[in-house]
Amino acid sequence: MRVLTALCSFVLLAPRVLAVQQAPPGQSEYVPIKDLPSTDVMPAAPLLIAAYTFVWIAVMFYLWTIWHRLNRVEAEMVALAKKTSGR
Amino acid sequence: MRKAFGPLVLVVAALFAAAPYYIAQAPYESTMGLIQKIMYFHVPSWIAMYAAIFVCGTSSAIYLFQNKPAADRYAVSAAELTVLFGSMGLVTGPLWGRRAWGVWWEWDVRLTSALLLELIFVAYLLVRKYGGPGSEKLAAAAALFGTAVAPFVYKSVDIWRTVHPKTSVVPTLPKVMAGPLALTALAFLLLFFVLLTLRARLAERQAVLDELYLAHED
Repeated sequence: MRVLTALCSFVLLAPRVLAVQQAPPGQSEYVPIKDLPSTDVMPAAPLLIAAYTFVWIAVMFYLWTIWHRLNRVEAEMVALAKKTSGR
Repeated sequence: MRKAFGPLVLVVAALFAAAPYYIAQAPYESTMGLIQKIMYFHVPSWIAMYAAIFVCGTSSAIYLFQNKPAADRYAVSAAELTVLFGSMGLVTGPLWGRRAWGVWWEWDVRLTSALLLELIFVAYLLVRKYGGPGSEKLAAAAALFGTAVAPFVYKSVDIWRTVHPKTSVVPTLPKVMAGPLALTALAFLLLFFVLLTLRARLAERQAVLDELYLAHED
């Protein structure tokens, strides 16, 4: 009896499930960009924010490398001066 | 010069702080909308890169033909800044292109030659770092080559067919867009000057350290 019920349910529901899984019909006419679903329009804001963020990070990173290298050179000069005076 | 450095840093900071307001006030471009506002950082980064190339090329020529060590220090500093500002242009460009053209990258003349120009100055820095004694002269020659290539990269959009806008676009911008662009271009040029001064100072200290090591060995 259970098998029969499952079989009947499958026969009745299968066409609907298959219909849902089918690809959407092809576009037959011009669709203005404003009528596209929101998922099809690439948002500009994240790209704009990414561009501006990259510029800021690049400048900050470069400033950090200059500061880091300058500190290393100054530390080496101090160490060398100590070594020279200890002779 | 050192007295003017502090106020100059403040001016640069003020310009970058004011830039977002003026960029937000600028109108949208008709076909690209919001994404076109990348222009206000993209174009100035290339302007700063060309300024860095000019300084690097001029200093390299002085070093090659007059053998002045100070010129070499400015050349290597400007080469680093060429790579820095070039990388900004090469990253912001594809982010703009992805929305405007539908692709991140197109192997057309402008984009490819700009990438090669960047790579010439990356090569300059690699030669300086790993080239051993005498690499300064070889790198200076590479800088002259890069400087000679730069005008062709700039004019490439006018000579060949490319997806990139031509050089005639920027001069025809309306005042409401040209104003913020001029402001950010000035901010980038002054930032270049500040970074060049800092990097040249580092090169100067490194030269003093090298002399100290030589004196210590003697």
